[in-house]
Amino acid sequence: MKINLAAVTDMLSFDAGADRVVPPTGFTARLTVFTAGAMAFLAVFALALSLASGRLAANWRDALAGSATLRISAPAAQMAAQTERALTILSETPGVAEARALEPDEQRALLEPWFGPDLPVESLPVPQLIEVRETASGYDGDGLRLRLQAELPGAVLDDHTRWRKPLVSAAGRLKLLGWLAIVLIFGTMGAMITLAANAALAANAQVIQVLRLVGATDTYIARAFVRRFTLRAATGAGAGVLAGLLAVVLLPGAGSEAGVLTGLRFQGGHWLLPLLVPLLAAVVAFAATRYAAMRVLGGLR
Amino acid sequence: MIELDEVAYSYGGGELLTDLSLRLAPGSFHFLTGPSGAGKTTFLKLCYGALVPTGGQVRLFNQDVRELDRDGIAYARRRIGVVHQDCQFLDHLPVAENISLPLAVSGQDRLAAQANLKELMSWVGLAHRAQALPPELSGGERQRAALARALILSPDVILADEPTGNVDWEMSQRLLKLLVELNKMGKTVMIATHDLSLIRAAKHHVQARVLRISGRKLQLAGADL
Ligand SMILES: Nc1ncnc2c1ncn2[C@@H]1O[C@H](COP(=O)(O)OP(=O)(O)OP(=O)(O)O)[C@@H](O)[C@H]1O
Ligand SMILES: [Mg+2]
Repeated sequence: MKINLAAVTDMLSFDAGADRVVPPTGFTARLTVFTAGAMAFLAVFALALSLASGRLAANWRDALAGSATLRISAPAAQMAAQTERALTILSETPGVAEARALEPDEQRALLEPWFGPDLPVESLPVPQLIEVRETASGYDGDGLRLRLQAELPGAVLDDHTRWRKPLVSAAGRLKLLGWLAIVLIFGTMGAMITLAANAALAANAQVIQVLRLVGATDTYIARAFVRRFTLRAATGAGAGVLAGLLAVVLLPGAGSEAGVLTGLRFQGGHWLLPLLVPLLAAVVAFAATRYAAMRVLGGLR
Repeated sequence: MIELDEVAYSYGGGELLTDLSLRLAPGSFHFLTGPSGAGKTTFLKLCYGALVPTGGQVRLFNQDVRELDRDGIAYARRRIGVVHQDCQFLDHLPVAENISLPLAVSGQDRLAAQANLKELMSWVGLAHRAQALPPELSGGERQRAALARALILSPDVILADEPTGNVDWEMSQRLLKLLVELNKMGKTVMIATHDLSLIRAAKHHVQARVLRISGRKLQLAGADL
């Protein structure tokens, strides 16, 4: 679509007279403001959801990429030997960048949420964990499992990426849905404003006829309607965004364990993105009203 | 200014008007008469581009109305002052704003124009009603306001459709005098009316041609009045 900038500025140019020629309609005006406000409020949440799930997907992808855990369950007497053997096997496996047995302190920290701080890890039959980092090319998981099965039956390879992958793709899907919701919200806003503009044009058929008779061009007549609806949509959307932002601010911030629910807040520069919503609402209202007005006016003489 | 060549018009049924030819020369004064329903209003609408002829050609300021786009029609209308039979005001705006509406829509809403408005309103005797709304006006006041609105852009041509339809004899004489005065200032005037006494009264003040629509055609009348 080619946008004629001169036509746009002409449409919006300040001319209080052009507004006055159309009688004020309190009810449709309030309805349009409310609709734009509600849609903007929803848009803020859709945006927050989309950005949060995008962050989540990226975090999971980055943090977990190429990490796995080897869990060794063995009688206490053999634990050290089996751990030693496992580390040897891992060091011989192509694609493994680093393998490191967790210290008792680290294991205790992992268990602490369940058993409290004073757990005597050393005296309990707790499995030994080995953290495995793979290289960029990765290792052959199935081959490694077969070898472990043969040599160390008590070892279980727990590949994080495997069970996190569906989560990453779910987060990605959620992000897409958020964007789709935003598109739908603005589409709905455009449709509603078109309806309201059509109603206003129909209600003012007599006014339009008088204006035509005294030599008003279509642009002049359309401007009266376009300016009003653009202003109303921008005002409503502005209020809606403020309310939406306030609601997002009141959400709990992201904790150490950033999930969808705790990570909905915008981060950094993303706080500025919702400010585009009123602008976009104005653009949508402008286009919708102008389209409706020019269509109706084109049918008259 | 306005020229009609063998113009025909039909609203969809049979032809209402046929074979009309007329040139409105600058500075001329015409009456258009004929029985109610003969097509006087229709004829005037053809003259200001509100209707497109179904046959023949109408030229406004040397342009065929068929070739004018919507903006072209709008611009042509700014050069033709029309007093509509049913006045046609914006009822939510005061009389003064209705009268200056042509200024507003043509982007000439300046101070000089506003002075012009004051003068014009007292000329038609409406200065004291400037802030009234159109529905609050009497029939005669409405017609004077309609005349003032038709004149605000100083058009070269004035087309008045029954400008004295709602007023008493005295007021109709005053309105007629206003139109005659405008004609003396060089404007082209055409008045559609079925009021023959108005035409007779005008004869004392102005050299006017009287046209009559009868039997779908335009005839020159005069001797029989
Ligand atoms: N929009 C329209 N659609 C169909 N027919 C119409 C339309 N406007 C006018 N007519 C018909 O055309 C005929 C002429 O109408 P017009 O208004 O031109 O008459 P007129 O001479 O001005 O009458 P009057 O003296 O009563 O004002 C009438 O029979 C009228 O019913
Ligand atoms: Mg008529």
